[in-house]
Amino acid sequence: MLLIPCPWCGPREEAEFHYGGQAHVAYPDDPSALSDEEWARYLFFRDNPKGRFAERWSHSAGCRRWFNAVRDTATNEIHAVYRVGEARPVTS
Amino acid sequence: MSPRTPGADLPEHPDRLWSAAEPKSSYDVVIVGGGGHGLATAYYLAKNHGITNVAVLERGWLAGGNMARNTTIIRSNYLWDESAGIYEHALKLWEGLEEELDYPLLFSQRGVLNLAHSLQDVRDSVRRVHANNLNGVDAEWLDPEQVKQVCPIVNISPDVRYPVLGATFQPRAGIAKHDHVAWGLARAAAALGVEFIEHCEVTGLQVRDGRVTGVETTRGTIAAGRVALCAAGHTSVVAATAGIDLPIQSHPLQALVSELLEPVHPTVVMSNAVHVYVSQAHKGELVMGAGIDAANSYRQRGAFHIIERQMAAALELFPVFARAHVLRTWGGVVDVSPDASPIVGLTPVENLYLNCGWGTGGFKATPGVGWCFAHTVANDEPHPLNAPFSLDRFTTGALVDEHGAAAVAH
Repeated sequence: MLLIPCPWCGPREEAEFHYGGQAHVAYPDDPSALSDEEWARYLFFRDNPKGRFAERWSHSAGCRRWFNAVRDTATNEIHAVYRVGEARPVTS
Repeated sequence: MSPRTPGADLPEHPDRLWSAAEPKSSYDVVIVGGGGHGLATAYYLAKNHGITNVAVLERGWLAGGNMARNTTIIRSNYLWDESAGIYEHALKLWEGLEEELDYPLLFSQRGVLNLAHSLQDVRDSVRRVHANNLNGVDAEWLDPEQVKQVCPIVNISPDVRYPVLGATFQPRAGIAKHDHVAWGLARAAAALGVEFIEHCEVTGLQVRDGRVTGVETTRGTIAAGRVALCAAGHTSVVAATAGIDLPIQSHPLQALVSELLEPVHPTVVMSNAVHVYVSQAHKGELVMGAGIDAANSYRQRGAFHIIERQMAAALELFPVFARAHVLRTWGGVVDVSPDASPIVGLTPVENLYLNCGWGTGGFKATPGVGWCFAHTVANDEPHPLNAPFSLDRFTTGALVDEHGAAAVAH
């Protein structure tokens, strides 16, 4: 189980959190203007790196706030957590 | 008294089923991944299409990834016509595979129960039974008493949190011994000339003018006329080296076995709502699978709370398991697709073929996908049974949504 440092509450166990997948995926400004390829990319394609990955978590059984984390998917090590709206920190 | 050589009194080592090969500089077809799908693809390439200058490259040992980690359930009771096509093709091949490979696979058609715990479950399940019947897939709807007849240890008491309101039953479903399946396929493919190269990780695909020309590996560069990806949870990593993005996400999927018990469980039971699926292996262990861990990961281990929830669900359904001990838990990395259906077919790169996205349910398809993927690679054109599972369905919108029938985990 992961020990996830919520930026508001501190380290809590993974069971308190809800996962939100890749971070920094913006809703398209004008969805109806997208081509089928662009819409498919927005809807279905997410990065799947073996390595550092910026992802969203919600502390659903705690402060109930969303935040972002940079976690290495090869080791599960969490290199940084940061609040929504902040830029992805440089971790290496 | 002279010391005895350790092992001197053991029987002779049996004949090897295949011999490990040194990589040649070039092959007609290179298959990336020596799991069940890679082995089946190699076998049918050689057998059905006469293509025998084939290497299967495996980063670990043969069939040591998800092929060694799955819960061996075989069934074909999916909802849509496209799925019925490929999964039922696989089940029909399973029914003759032991004879064909001349190797014991411990294939046991003991049936599968997919439990319904809510009114919506019941409606969906009955609908699926009708869809299965229309597609020639054996399926019937059982009420709780009939469920009890098929599997006496299921708790059908109405006063539990998720009461059993009935189940779909596919009598032809069952289990097989996964290791034997891999060994049988490898032996048969090796006899036809296929080479297996273990501890050979593909680190990059070589692409020239939009066409794949070979693979870079930890044991050197190997030229290839065609390259077929069967890398399951690592497909994104390999495909990315050819500039191909895929709509799949890699997650850990866990399973466990109990200590060896006397035969108590005559069939396979799966439950969507409470996230557990259980069978009893020939040897006697209860084999139970969980749902995926929510977060992406390439670690072959999952979180304990997933196992804990799975056990809670199993105990409610099977109170008789309360005194059983967990012997071993493990995890594998599965490639989950957006519609819980696989992606099998051509890619934007010429002569590069894709077989991924099987998520939590690839084992059952092993011979079927091997058959169809070999056809795809040999003819540079999808087999009719895997044509609906193209990569471009995510653009056209022709999804094959099997979240209901894929059962747990997606």
